[in-house]
Amino acid sequence: MITLKVNGVQKSFQGDPGMPLLWYLRDVLGLTGTKYGCGIALCGACTIHLDGEATRACVTPVKAAEGKAVTTIEGLATAQGLHPVQKAWIAADVPQCGYCQPGQIMQAAALLKSNPKPNDKEIDEAMAGNICRCGTYQRIRAAIAAAAKEAQ
Amino acid sequence: MSRIENFSRREFIKGMFSAGAFVLGARMLPLKVLGDHGQASAAEPVAGTAFHPSIWLGIEPDGSVILVAHRSEMGSGSRTGVPIVLADELEADWKRVRLVQAIADARYGSQNTDGSHSVRDFFEVMREAGASARMMLEQAAAQKWNAPVAECEAKLHTVVHKPSGRTLGYGELASTAAKLPVPPKENLKLKPRSAWRYIGKKTSLYDIEDITTGKAGYGMDVRVDGMLYAVVARPPVLGGTVKSFDDKEALKVPGVKMTATIDPYKLPYKFQPLGGVAVLADTTWAALQGREKLKVDWEHGAHATYNTDTYRQQMEATARQPGKVCRDIGNVDAEFAKGGKVVEALYYAPHLAHAAMEPLVATANYRDGKVVIWTGTQDPQEAQNTVASLLGIQKENVTCHVTLLGGGFGRRSKPDYVAEAALLSKKAGKPIKVVWSREDDIKFDYFHSSAAMHMKATLGANGMPTALLQRSVFPPIGSTFEAGMSYGEAFDLSFGWTDTPWNIPNIRAENGPAPAHVRIGWLRSVSNIYHAFALHSFEDELAHAAGRDPLEYILKLLGPDRIIDRKLLPADYPNMGAAYDQYPFDTGRLRHVAETAAEMAGWGKRPKTKGEGMGFAFHRSFLTYVASVVRVTVDNAGKVRIHQVDTALDAGTIVNRDTVLNQFEGAAVFGASLALMGEITATNGVIDQSNFSDYPVCRIDDAPEKVNVHIVESTAPPAGVGEPGVPPIAPAICNAIFAATGKRVRELPISKTKLT
Repeated sequence: MITLKVNGVQKSFQGDPGMPLLWYLRDVLGLTGTKYGCGIALCGACTIHLDGEATRACVTPVKAAEGKAVTTIEGLATAQGLHPVQKAWIAADVPQCGYCQPGQIMQAAALLKSNPKPNDKEIDEAMAGNICRCGTYQRIRAAIAAAAKEAQ
Repeated sequence: MSRIENFSRREFIKGMFSAGAFVLGARMLPLKVLGDHGQASAAEPVAGTAFHPSIWLGIEPDGSVILVAHRSEMGSGSRTGVPIVLADELEADWKRVRLVQAIADARYGSQNTDGSHSVRDFFEVMREAGASARMMLEQAAAQKWNAPVAECEAKLHTVVHKPSGRTLGYGELASTAAKLPVPPKENLKLKPRSAWRYIGKKTSLYDIEDITTGKAGYGMDVRVDGMLYAVVARPPVLGGTVKSFDDKEALKVPGVKMTATIDPYKLPYKFQPLGGVAVLADTTWAALQGREKLKVDWEHGAHATYNTDTYRQQMEATARQPGKVCRDIGNVDAEFAKGGKVVEALYYAPHLAHAAMEPLVATANYRDGKVVIWTGTQDPQEAQNTVASLLGIQKENVTCHVTLLGGGFGRRSKPDYVAEAALLSKKAGKPIKVVWSREDDIKFDYFHSSAAMHMKATLGANGMPTALLQRSVFPPIGSTFEAGMSYGEAFDLSFGWTDTPWNIPNIRAENGPAPAHVRIGWLRSVSNIYHAFALHSFEDELAHAAGRDPLEYILKLLGPDRIIDRKLLPADYPNMGAAYDQYPFDTGRLRHVAETAAEMAGWGKRPKTKGEGMGFAFHRSFLTYVASVVRVTVDNAGKVRIHQVDTALDAGTIVNRDTVLNQFEGAAVFGASLALMGEITATNGVIDQSNFSDYPVCRIDDAPEKVNVHIVESTAPPAGVGEPGVPPIAPAICNAIFAATGKRVRELPISKTKLT
């Protein structure tokens, strides 16, 4: 049995320990905000935080999360309201289809945690693993910069 | 609200509205709709009801306004942009509007969210629906106050009695308004443009909060009690069949419940499933694992001879031969016979895959001869038709709910994946969710056509062409609908080919045959992609051959501002289905966007640094005029970096300003992806690519660094915005590369051409 915390709630799982976290979150727990895009860590749609680190859930087996804390897009906001990155995303009207955006937001939130004031190059480096087929990249860049400024 | 909505007519009438609610036009609905069958009968004639405003809205006694979103949201903003037109005419407060996504129902008219026509086709419909409801609310207030209706004015969710200043909210008026007759169309008073509250301004997407918090419901997120997840092993070659299969190991995977076969299609394939063997399991992961263990012996069939390298040579040879004439002005041959300076070029563009971020997925529940479907589809009515026809049931027995779409780009208007779910649900006797892996999504696409284009022009003494021959060869979309079709049709040839606006006396457009060996489908901006690439690259080539500035030369080629005479276009020129007098080809509008984009980019004013170049291209498609200037640098290793794209567009009247900006910003990235790196190839009939590793698309660090978009203010009728931003991008990039390096790119993707 594998035990882990998901969005602050203790969970235990008795199924296939090799199942990627992505499918555990989506199919077993019903947390569908974490998206499937490629299955091989190429697109970032499944980005979650594992003990605070941005992680691709599609290639992370459940067993690798044993005893760790998983945060998904559903757990990013707090009682105080939306995360600054979520607010910035709304203010900048980033999404088109929106499917990749939970992953983008989780990646951006992790970036700002480790580097509260990234420049454009640092943003590009941190976000290069997250594909947006609609092409909202310049709004993503602007939203991250705005969220960083907001946090100052 | 963007969570999965189980919306049927019956629920709409009985559930969504409480007693006393004002259901505009419910009395117009046929009785059987109000009966117990729960869904609209598609057997009703569309005419007379399909565009009637009365099926679009309802108002609750508490003042909530419920609007039906009948077109799909795939990122192009239709779900917000169409209803907001109604809200504007209704004088509704958008904050008090709730959207309900419509099921497939022919009475809405077309729900096919494709071809950039959601706003164009429904702008007036929405205005009329909103205006009739607004006028009825004013009438209801007049009745309550016993005042002349002329003294009553609807204003932001209330009706004001102008002399006394008294007000009544829409909710308070709902039950009175419900008893009034719907005003006839000729009595409708539409708001003047100056009074528009939302149209032309910015409104955030209705679903933006749900999207950013992970609550938005896509097809991938549908969960139905008792459902199994299915993944399908499909024939690697189009038309292939299962000779035999062994599922022993697959069934041993924990969670795998069963396997089931899907029959191969019958020609023409249209939107039928490809066939194969499905693995059904209690999680997606188990189903994927099970498919890994499945052993299938395939019969590959006739298309196993398809190799894109050889096929390219055949298409290029065809492009050098006379083809079917699809536009003929003047006498091109006689002009060529005169001799003079001739410029010729052959261009090639490969197959492309749609690769929307959400792989294809559909959930279906078949029971007792009826199917309920939940899926992200661009065309719910087509999903309904396809499923009904495959299962041999009436389409009234197919209910198709529409979720949000994680991208579409044309792929999600082809419901083969929906049909798989319905067939498997019938076989398994359970709700089934068919999940396509990314690999499935790329390998089993309806691919954008590859194309070869031969261009030939003769230049007069002033360096301007006197004759143009343009010949295009591509496996046509028609092959999906009619087996063996190898020539383009009026519509795909009209996309940037039979409407070349050059002001010269001799133009001939031709089309040569190319039989299809993969399923061909439309992708964002369709054949405009390769036609614009060839035509606008060639314009740049001619400018350089004449030793002139490309922008100045191309504008001269366009000639004086004029409406292109309809007689100079082919008799069957479809003009996107729009009346030519309403949406003519106006070269003045094309020139204006060109000059605007050039101004934005500082064309001709910016000092050129080493390895840097600017390129220009303009294009009319989907009735919208677009010009883009692209600035690139090419480094010593031949790597192209796109620094800036300046796009100016004239789409006539626009609805949601920010959506338009976002669409054209995204189009620059979509165009850059296909220009720089997009390529699908086949070896022995099998698609070589499988995921973002070998079918890359632009990422944040290789997309254009900055995209500036300017919307030309216009009172012309609305045109398209989802697709027309794409076509100018590839030729503008290639022209910029030429300016930077002197190397002409005649083949996409650009990565194939050595730039050092």
